[in-house]
Amino acid sequence: MNWNTLVFRELLQRKNKLITSGLAIVLGIAVIVTINTVTTYSEKAISKELDALGANILILPHGASLVDYYSADLQAGEIPEEYVTLLTTSNLEGLDNLSPKLSVPVNVGDKQVTLTGILPKNEFQSKASWQGAGIFSRPKSCGNVDDIFGLTQKAPKETLVRKRVIETLEPNEVLVGSDVASKLQLKEGEEIAMLDKPFKISAILPQTGTVDDSRVFAHLHTVQDLTGKDAVVNAIEVVGCCEQISKGLVAKINYLIPDAQVITISQVVDTQVKTNALMRNLSTLFLVIIIAIGGASIANDMYNNVYERRKEIGTLVALGANSSVVLKVFLKKALLLGILGGVGGYIIGTIIAVVLGPLVAGVPVLPIPYLFFVAVGLSVCITLIASYFPARYATRLDPCTVLQEV
Amino acid sequence: MLKVKSVSKIYKKRDQEVKAIDNVSLEIPKGDFVSIIGPSGSGKSSLLLMLGGMLSPSLGKVFIDDESLYDLSPNEIAALRQKKIGFVFQTFNLIPYLSAIQNVQVPLLLSGMHEKDQVEKAQYLLQRVGLDDRMDHKPSELSVGQQQRIALARMLANDPSIILADEPTGNLDPEMSQTVIKFLIDLNEEGRTIVMVTHDMKVANQAKRSVIIAKGGTVG
Repeated sequence: MNWNTLVFRELLQRKNKLITSGLAIVLGIAVIVTINTVTTYSEKAISKELDALGANILILPHGASLVDYYSADLQAGEIPEEYVTLLTTSNLEGLDNLSPKLSVPVNVGDKQVTLTGILPKNEFQSKASWQGAGIFSRPKSCGNVDDIFGLTQKAPKETLVRKRVIETLEPNEVLVGSDVASKLQLKEGEEIAMLDKPFKISAILPQTGTVDDSRVFAHLHTVQDLTGKDAVVNAIEVVGCCEQISKGLVAKINYLIPDAQVITISQVVDTQVKTNALMRNLSTLFLVIIIAIGGASIANDMYNNVYERRKEIGTLVALGANSSVVLKVFLKKALLLGILGGVGGYIIGTIIAVVLGPLVAGVPVLPIPYLFFVAVGLSVCITLIASYFPARYATRLDPCTVLQEV
Repeated sequence: MLKVKSVSKIYKKRDQEVKAIDNVSLEIPKGDFVSIIGPSGSGKSSLLLMLGGMLSPSLGKVFIDDESLYDLSPNEIAALRQKKIGFVFQTFNLIPYLSAIQNVQVPLLLSGMHEKDQVEKAQYLLQRVGLDDRMDHKPSELSVGQQQRIALARMLANDPSIILADEPTGNLDPEMSQTVIKFLIDLNEEGRTIVMVTHDMKVANQAKRSVIIAKGGTVG
C-alpha cells in the first residue's frame, strides 16, 4: 500500500461525498471559466467596434489644421510619402494601421468631388525594408483586434471604412463614397472619367457619416501621377493602440518625423481608453467575485471533509504519523480534486460559454485554450489552500477529543 | 521502563480549571502488565494517551526508557511512538475504507516499509490473530470481535515493546473479551510491557497488578 492508495480508497469509499465535493469544485471553476470566456470575447467585440471609430492619430504638414483635414482642402501643405516607409519600418509599438492620403478636387462631368489617393496594404508590405519586422506582422493589439469568428466577416471593401486600409487597389480602380455615388448615380462595375483617365468603380462604400462619403478613392500613385505631384501626401491617418498613445506614442512619432505635426483625435482616443479600462475593470471585478464565491464554496467543502475525518487523523497520529504525514494525505486528496475540478470546470465552463455566450452577451464565443491552465492552476491552488489550514488545525487537536475516548 | 512523575493535566473550560489528572506518579517496569482501573472521568484514558506521547502534561514528566518524552520535538515523539508503542482502542479506530490487510499495513507504511514486505508482514499478523480468511474484508463486513483482532494485528505491526490498551474489551462479549485478554497475556509473556485501562475488575484482575485511579489521583 502507498499513500495514493489511501487517498483513492477514501475518495471511492465516499462516492456521494466525492460527487458533491467534485461538483462544488467543478461548478466553481466552470463559473470562473464561463465568465472569463464571455467577457474576453465581449471585450474583443467592443474593441472591434471601437476600431470602427477610425483613425485616432493624424500626421499633417506643419500649418495644416483639423479643419483642413475634414474639409479635404489640403493642397496648401504636403509631406513626403517616404514618411510612411519610415513608420512601417520603425520599431514603434502601437501603430496598427496607416493610411497615407493625397486629396485633390476633381470634376466628374460637371460636378466637383474630392479624389483621394490611398495606398493599399500590399504595397506597405513591399515597402517595408525588413519584412517580418513591419507593423503589420506585429502581434495584434487593442487597435488591431483579431477577427472574431462569425462577428466581423464583412465585405473587403468595408475594411477601408473600418480599418482605414484596403488590401489591394489597382491603378485603374476607384472606390466611391456613398454620397458621391448617390449624387452622380454611380454603380459598381461602371466606369467614370477623372483627370482625363477612365476608372472602373470596384465598390461603392457604405455610408459612414464622415467626409469619406463625399470622396472617391483611387491608388495614391495614380493620383500623384495624374496631378503631376511628386511622392507626397496631405495626411497620414494612423490607427494607433490607445494604450500606447497614452504611453507617449505621439511624441515618439514626432521625434521620428520632426518635419510634420502629429495630432491626436482626443475624442476617439478617450472613448477607446475609457471603454477598454471599463471592460478590463469589470472583468477583473467579476473574476474576483467569482473566485471569492467559488473559493469559499470549495474551502467550506474541504474544511468539512477534514472535520469529518478528525478521528481518522487521531488514529494516524496514534500509529506514529507526524503532522507532515497527515498534511500529505489531505493535500494529495486536495491536489487530485483540484486537478479533476479544474479539468471538469474548464470543459463545462467552456461549453456553457460557447452555448450561452452568444445568447447572453450577443457575441460569438470560442474556447480559450490558455484558460485550461488557469482553471487547473486556480482549482489546485484553492483546494490546497482550503485543505491546508483545516488539516493543519486537525493535526493540532487534542487527541482525547479527536479519538472521543474520554 | 515507563515512569510518570508528579503529572497533572489541567483543562481550562469557561475560565474554570478542570483537573483531569492531579499529581499522579507511577512506575511500570519493563515486561509488566498493569491494569489501570477507575470510574468514568477519572482521567485514566488521559493518562494512557499521556504515556503514548499524545497528550502533554500540564505539570510533571513522563519517561520512556529514561527519556523524557515531552522534552522531545513532536516529530521525535511521533517517531518514538511508531517504533516502541502500540495502541489498542475500545472502538478499534480502524480506517473504514481500507480492507483488513490494508489497515494492518498503515503503520508499516508509516515506517517506510516496502510495499511487498508490508503485505507479507500484514498477512503473517492477520494469520496470528486468526483472520487469514478475512484479509480483503472491510471493517464494516466483519464482526466486532474480528474488528478488534484487526486492531490487535495492526498494533503489532511495528513490533512494539509497549502496548497501551484503552478498554480493549469494552465492546466485546465475554468470550471474545477472554480471547483478547489471553492474547495480551501472550504478548506480555513475549516480554512486552502492557498498560491496560479498564473499568471491569474481572478483566483487570488478569493483569499482573492493578493501579486504581480515582478522580485524578492514584490510590494504589
